[in-house]
Amino acid sequence: MTDLIISTLTQGFIYALLSYGVFITYKILDFPDLTVDGSFPLGAAVTAVLLTRGVHPYLTLPIALAVGALAGLVTGLIHVRGHVRDLLAGIITMTALFSVNLQIAGSNLTVERKVDTIFNLPFLSGISLLYRKLIVSFVLALLCKLILDAYFRTKNGLLLRAVGDNSTLVTSLAKDMGSVKILGLVLSNALVALAGCVVCHEQRSFSATMGTGQVVFGLATVIIGSTLFKKLGFVKGTTAAAVGSILYKICIQCAISLGLPANFLKLITAVLFLLILLAGNLRKGEKSRA
Amino acid sequence: MLELCNITKVFNPGTVTETTVFSDFSLSVQKGEFVSVVGSNGSGKTTLLNILCGSVAPTSGEVHIGGKVVNRQKDYERYRTIGRVYQDPALGTCPSLTVFENLSLADNKGKRFGLSAGVNKKRQPFYREQLASLGLGLEDKMHVRMGALSGGQRQAVALLMATLTPLDVLILDEHTAALDPRTAETIMELTNRIVREKELTALMVTHNLRYAAEYGTRLLMLDKGQIVLDVSGEEKKTTTTESILQIFNRISIECGN
Repeated sequence: MTDLIISTLTQGFIYALLSYGVFITYKILDFPDLTVDGSFPLGAAVTAVLLTRGVHPYLTLPIALAVGALAGLVTGLIHVRGHVRDLLAGIITMTALFSVNLQIAGSNLTVERKVDTIFNLPFLSGISLLYRKLIVSFVLALLCKLILDAYFRTKNGLLLRAVGDNSTLVTSLAKDMGSVKILGLVLSNALVALAGCVVCHEQRSFSATMGTGQVVFGLATVIIGSTLFKKLGFVKGTTAAAVGSILYKICIQCAISLGLPANFLKLITAVLFLLILLAGNLRKGEKSRA
Repeated sequence: MLELCNITKVFNPGTVTETTVFSDFSLSVQKGEFVSVVGSNGSGKTTLLNILCGSVAPTSGEVHIGGKVVNRQKDYERYRTIGRVYQDPALGTCPSLTVFENLSLADNKGKRFGLSAGVNKKRQPFYREQLASLGLGLEDKMHVRMGALSGGQRQAVALLMATLTPLDVLILDEHTAALDPRTAETIMELTNRIVREKELTALMVTHNLRYAAEYGTRLLMLDKGQIVLDVSGEEKKTTTTESILQIFNRISIECGN
């Protein structure tokens, strides 16, 4: 039982990275970015290949960030410079990435047991693998949160927050709102690919379909988080997203523990997301009637 | 300071909906002039502002701002020396950022938006003083989210933000039209004071003929893309709402409205 709780928490922390990414596009930029379904497995594909080739596990993290950033850049350029609608720009990149990912990894790829991952490096050797995974994923989630929070307080971060809020103002500030949007997409997909990278370390595998439903997951976690903490203004958006991610993984784990076959996972994800949206609307309805 | 030379603007050329808004239109505004522009709907006021600010490209003709031809500059590049207050109070500020953060953004206009701290505590007394000068009690709402303020308060902050950095020209785009009469009056008073104190060159488009008569140093009336009235100096001082209204009505009758 404890094992189950620990591994669920670990999942929550790892996927919090993806939630941060979706938080940037969905909450800050107000951009429904479907690139996520492609950039998440992209991070995993690159990581699987690098690990098999014997690259140092920690080096895969910055590389995943970089390839994810590139995916975000492509969506950004298609949308901003090519004037393609936000949803379509994401769909184009996502679809292209499916082939790119398979090209990178060859096919579905498993990382052999003898290969070291970020979870079994020497300085943590005294602790069991289960707890090592929890610690490493917690540290990563916390570190990314702190860096993001600090970034949002910089001049550049303020400008990013401004562009989703009121892009006219950004133009009035003599800044190209297109470039700011692209930057947001780059940051977001870098984080999403990092999540894919860590998942690959954890599962020791890449599969071409592992990206399916990740956008929905990300949106659900961000919406759970922001709905839960709406009243508490001092809770940061990143914290809310991370909590959303953990809660979501708990829900899914409960569903599996209750005996639902794994094939139903995406169905549960979709239904859960719908319920969250409906619950949010219900609350809004009450408010408007009051 | 501001010059439009032989501007022609044709929308949808070569189609059945082809409309010529301006043909060979010229306007020159001197440094320190406060120009009010009036005119009925479709007279070309908005297109004039859009051509100036770069969101609409003229079919032919040159746009000069601060002594430079800016035809090739993108809209955001032009805003380096243009301040603009919009009709919609929501367009001048960011609702989810605080008043302090909004002012900090405006204060940094024209500089790099890098990774240094977004807000500067040392500038806070200056912002407080500026907010206090608006006389709306906003100096105590420094850390309130912009979205929680009223339309009039937001417009006042938007006005302050637009004029925080040195400008070649301040554009006021029907900036009192969405406010209730009393708030509109307050904002108009504030605008007049800020324009005078900072010795700004300003171009104000308005539907309020009284504001056009009372405020500003020059008055323009546009009709079908042409300047039909241009008064300044002593003549402007004696212009009354009634006298503008007369001309306005005459044009409308000629048009059959």
